[in-house]
Amino acid sequence: MKTLYFLLEKEFRQLLRNRQLMRTLLLAPLIQLILLPLAADYTVKDIQIAVTDNDHSPSSQRLIAKITASGYFRLAGYTASYPEALRMVEQDKADLALQIPAHFERDLVRENNKQLYVAINAIEGTKANLGGAYLQSIISDFNDDLRIQWNVPASDTPQVTVTSSNWYNPLLKFPLYMVPAILVTLVTAMVAMQSAFNIVQEKESGTIEQINVTPIKKHIFIIGKMIPFLALGIVLFTMGLLVGRILYGIVPVGSLWVLYGSLIVYLFSMLGLGLLLATYSFTQMQAMSLSFFFINIFNMMSGVFTSVDSMPGWAQTIVATFPPSHFIKIMRMVVLKGSGFSDILPKLGAMALIGLFLNTWAVLNYRKTA
Amino acid sequence: MKQLFTFIRKEFLHVFRDRKTLLMLFGLPIAQIVLFGFALSNEIKDSRIALVDYSKDAVTTRLIGKIEASHYFDIQHTLASADQLNAAFKRGDIKMAVIFPANFGDDLTHTGKATLQIIADGSDPNQATTITNYLQSIVNDYNAELARDAQQPLQIRPEVQMLYNPELRGAPNFVPGVMALVLMLVCTMMTSVAIVKEKELGTMEILLVSPFKPIYIIISKLAPNLLISIVNLFIILILSDIFLDLPVKGSIALLVFCSILFILTSLSIGLLLSINAKTQQAAMMGSLMGMMLPTMLLTGFLFPIENMPFILQALSNLVPSRWYFIIVKRVMLKGLGFSAVWKETLILAAMCFLLFAISLRKFKIRLQ
Repeated sequence: MKTLYFLLEKEFRQLLRNRQLMRTLLLAPLIQLILLPLAADYTVKDIQIAVTDNDHSPSSQRLIAKITASGYFRLAGYTASYPEALRMVEQDKADLALQIPAHFERDLVRENNKQLYVAINAIEGTKANLGGAYLQSIISDFNDDLRIQWNVPASDTPQVTVTSSNWYNPLLKFPLYMVPAILVTLVTAMVAMQSAFNIVQEKESGTIEQINVTPIKKHIFIIGKMIPFLALGIVLFTMGLLVGRILYGIVPVGSLWVLYGSLIVYLFSMLGLGLLLATYSFTQMQAMSLSFFFINIFNMMSGVFTSVDSMPGWAQTIVATFPPSHFIKIMRMVVLKGSGFSDILPKLGAMALIGLFLNTWAVLNYRKTA
Repeated sequence: MKQLFTFIRKEFLHVFRDRKTLLMLFGLPIAQIVLFGFALSNEIKDSRIALVDYSKDAVTTRLIGKIEASHYFDIQHTLASADQLNAAFKRGDIKMAVIFPANFGDDLTHTGKATLQIIADGSDPNQATTITNYLQSIVNDYNAELARDAQQPLQIRPEVQMLYNPELRGAPNFVPGVMALVLMLVCTMMTSVAIVKEKELGTMEILLVSPFKPIYIIISKLAPNLLISIVNLFIILILSDIFLDLPVKGSIALLVFCSILFILTSLSIGLLLSINAKTQQAAMMGSLMGMMLPTMLLTGFLFPIENMPFILQALSNLVPSRWYFIIVKRVMLKGLGFSAVWKETLILAAMCFLLFAISLRKFKIRLQ
């Protein structure tokens, strides 16, 4: 026990002495946590629309006025021909193009139906989907208006209507969803990977040999390396929660005990990964490229930005082995919905299991001989 | 000139000797293109939902059948009562509940109107809005079926065409994004660490006292990373053509030219970072932490930049990957020529020149 105490003193001193590192470790995540949630907003507004009005009738003008007045669309410009409108989409000057064909109004009256042409830039899926849906509902509204105005009553067919409500986040504020997840990615990159660099640094500078020749036991050395980063992770996490509370007004609905309990299990598993990577690398460059590989994949796949449920089955299986995917879910559940211990138990168990596996592997792979 | 060549050879040897790092550097783009290309999408499907049917009549059965048939929903439970909803939401079992009140079918046939209720888990705002819209459109479909016999007068029928990506796959948006992300981060990190390593090990001093010009040191450090990144670029392009069915529609020469410009810009950022960092650890933290999340978010492939607050939009203009992302989308996916991307190319060239000039000026020829 006494050995551990001295080791911890050494580690904490080394960590706190490195001012430049401590500054990056604490300030960089805070700045990012303050700024980045503002960037993460899927709300689609100001969709640029290019309009080709070949009809020039009162109806076509009313339709255009209705579209621009809706608040979702902004008129990117009128074009004389449809190909010109498509070219605007091509050059990213417009997100979608609408053509009102010649004789639109006349044909609508004579033939009782008439087409409109809409082309959407579908490279950005969300925008395309929502933009198309908004435009169609405006057109159908316009259709109803026309019937009333021209005194052609819609036939009396039965209608199913929908009322919807959103629980836990009734105003659908995006930061509420993003801040907990961004906090997790910051803690991950800062703490877990830092432990890998730290051990490899000792390898590279040769000081690990000095520890290896002492009677310090393998597991004491590893615990001594892990505890400072565990502490750092908890500090960082607490700072993040405070920033979320002050700037975004996010107060965790669930219990803080559950939150911090899960954090410790999570850090345990991620520190295990860091340790494992350290045992496989000889230089800091190697440790860095290895951890970059994992962090980048974790960040993109763990459901921070895109939904895990929408992934194909094989990808979901892979993602289930990533500790961050579980912790991000737990964070969102506890912070937003107030889920309790029993609700998150399966995810917590999965994380603990992954952590146990990684740590065992790392300890087995760690050799005291260089 | 011969000196320079010798030094470039030395740097290449350094890089190629470190097999593990090399493996990672080439493994990263491969793993990411395959994983992200197939797995990531902004589309939301297979959302788990619960149904609460208090009515259980012909109309609700038909509506439920329609919901079941849609690949957007994965019906988890048919709950007997709405009281169990809160618990199901808290466990994260379901994302939405659809409640049919009692006498649903009777109301519809007799009063001509029936209302079903949707409760969505608003903790994920994007998913909540999207699946509510999906369900709404299923109901609209059903209404249209009801109306079909009645022959609505004056029908306007919008014909919608999805350009460039008719199946709304995620890959066309993510591949250019991943290209920008990988190239930028790999270049920045490798360069900054390679230079700081020499400082940390003390070998930089030896280089500096040699009759070798500082500019040569820089060039020889950048050369291997430039080569690696160009190889990575081709790996990504070939993989996305073969696996993701995304060939380069425009001119390959133009794409490669712009990519090299972008790689050089990223290398210059790495150079700049290395000047201020004293240890490899600090250089890594600076490039990994300082760059990763901002690059991901401000490039514009995850979230539309025009939605961001003004200050972030202004910041995103300074992120080179943002411009590169636009170029790749236009040249690779839309097949446009130089006339469509000259502005972005010019911005990249200016950034590259400026960053390189600054780092060259600031490059210290003394250690202290």
